[in-house]
Amino acid sequence: MSNLFDLLVAGLATGAIYALVAVGFTLLWQTSQTINFAQGEFVMLPAFLMLAAMHAGAPFWLAIILGILLSMILLGLGFKLLLVDPMMRHGVLPLAIATMALAIGLKEAVKQFFSAEASPFPSIVPTGDISILGHAVSLQSIGVLVVAIVAVFGLTALLNRTSLGHQMQAAAQNPTVARIIGVPVERMILLTFLINAFLVALASLLITPIYLAKFSSGEVLGQAAFIAAIVGGFNQVRGAIAGGLLIGVLDNLAAAYVSTQYRAAVPMIFLIAVILFRPQGLLGRAEERTV
Amino acid sequence: MKSTLLAGALLAFATATSVHAQAIKLANVAELSGGGATVGTNWKNGIDLAIEEINAKGGVLGRKLEVSHADSQSNPGVARAQVQKALDAEPYVLLGPGYSGSVKVTAPLAAEAGIAQIMGGEAAELTQAGNKFLFRTSFGQQSSMPKVAKYIHDEMKAKTVAVVWVNNDFGRGGRDVVVKELDRLGSKVVADLSTEAGQADFAADVGKIKAANPDAVFVYLNEEESARILKELKRQGVTAPLMGETTLIGQKVIELAGDAANGARGHVGLTTDAPVDLIKAFREKFSKKYNYVPDHNGLKGYLAVYMVKATTEKMGKVDPKKFADTLHGLTIKAADEPGILMDVTFSDTGDIDRQSFLVEVVEGKQVVKQVLPKVK
Repeated sequence: MSNLFDLLVAGLATGAIYALVAVGFTLLWQTSQTINFAQGEFVMLPAFLMLAAMHAGAPFWLAIILGILLSMILLGLGFKLLLVDPMMRHGVLPLAIATMALAIGLKEAVKQFFSAEASPFPSIVPTGDISILGHAVSLQSIGVLVVAIVAVFGLTALLNRTSLGHQMQAAAQNPTVARIIGVPVERMILLTFLINAFLVALASLLITPIYLAKFSSGEVLGQAAFIAAIVGGFNQVRGAIAGGLLIGVLDNLAAAYVSTQYRAAVPMIFLIAVILFRPQGLLGRAEERTV
Repeated sequence: MKSTLLAGALLAFATATSVHAQAIKLANVAELSGGGATVGTNWKNGIDLAIEEINAKGGVLGRKLEVSHADSQSNPGVARAQVQKALDAEPYVLLGPGYSGSVKVTAPLAAEAGIAQIMGGEAAELTQAGNKFLFRTSFGQQSSMPKVAKYIHDEMKAKTVAVVWVNNDFGRGGRDVVVKELDRLGSKVVADLSTEAGQADFAADVGKIKAANPDAVFVYLNEEESARILKELKRQGVTAPLMGETTLIGQKVIELAGDAANGARGHVGLTTDAPVDLIKAFREKFSKKYNYVPDHNGLKGYLAVYMVKATTEKMGKVDPKKFADTLHGLTIKAADEPGILMDVTFSDTGDIDRQSFLVEVVEGKQVVKQVLPKVK
């Protein structure tokens, strides 16, 4: 039983990171019909930007700020202007393929300029345990969960409670009408790219101390987050959150109770079941577009 | 005058050819470039150092040693071609390669030529194929794992053990031997966990270890995965002592895992940090000659040449055909042949038995805690 509790906590912590990445998937899809297959590499890269800043002599806190800012410039602004905008005109599929190419490019670039070997990455949460309901739970797991939850709640509040959020929703639901009523649609779309870049940088900061900084570490993450987004509902932020947590827990339980070899297959089987029986996702709504 | 000159020239030629004929020719094929360049360069430098020493003291049975070096480019295909070329020159003994994969494809060539091959590979299967000409310079898994099991049972006093291994040839090979040995000694394997190469998330595996609550954990993964599981073990507060091989306590693992590596123990066959005077002296000589501290591959190359010397002196003649037979079952004592550094015995399969070291990570540094005696 205590094993199950440990597995749930670890699964939720990993799932919270999947959720951050999956939310980015849905945001980009909602506002610009971009399916970003480089999303996993987007999580890998900020850690290396932070490491580069630290190598240049910056303290950890400054490296984090620089890493997040650089990520927002490169993976937010740069990604939209240099890849999405020119490719968008040719349709969803060429854009999706272009993001796959970007994924390969990012991996190879990191391998070339950094190293093919893994590097250690400091943790923002100190190691240690606290006791919850008589169970020792690691501070790192709690820290990851708390940061991810705060980020997701912050995002939901921004979308639902502020004028900016309402404008973003309007731009996503009906860009033509939104334009007529004076919503700066282009700026709103750019904003979602910046938010996505911020979320992946945050995910990078949380996951890299556990997974280590390595050029290939985005592969698993990108896939898990993609599955999470579809399972939860590609057109709902809350669906992506639920999907992320669910896949995180499912992955850990599968590794423990099925087998390590088949752990990756279990979320896939679940994905197939969802697509067959509830194609809009667990929390998604058919034929509806909203953020 | 003319005839004197001619006679002198003839004499010089005769002397030169006789010296040439007298030299014992060795051939080395190693990873001098490519991914294994560190391995091969250390190995080559070790060989050169040993030959220089031996020749300075008059050679072997009064004859000098000579070696040719060829580059396998860390590629088994190239290694095979280079070994074929080296064998065509009919060397006394073939040295190298260092990579198990390259050894695997070249060993049949040397065996066919009837030339003994002293190599650096460590995969268990290399000496299990019935090759009568292949010799190790370091432990194969079948030699190191029994020592690991014995340490877990005798020193850690573990009645229950969790075994975590990586699901590939390397991991499965080590796992099979250690589980068999633990079983023989009476330590119960309460968790037998296979993990994937490149696995990032070890939360579930460590959860299982925690649930099994073993007296000790044996970890047999590659370096990066070792670092990840060490971090996860610490994160989930597993306090059982951790035991592994070189891959658990290597410098790269310590760098990646940080303080999570502290306290981890590992069995190491050869290390230049060993508390053995002859090894310390070797390290000093090597560092002085090449301006860097050698790794265990430098030791292996050095030992390979001294294996040739000791075996030849045992035979009392230079006979390539009898070399392998003589080395099988041979015990070389460091007291008789200081170049061998530690007493060593060769089995009929070309495996070695030698003392080895128990290393613990203390405050981010490898510390040799104990010298583990020869098995027999």
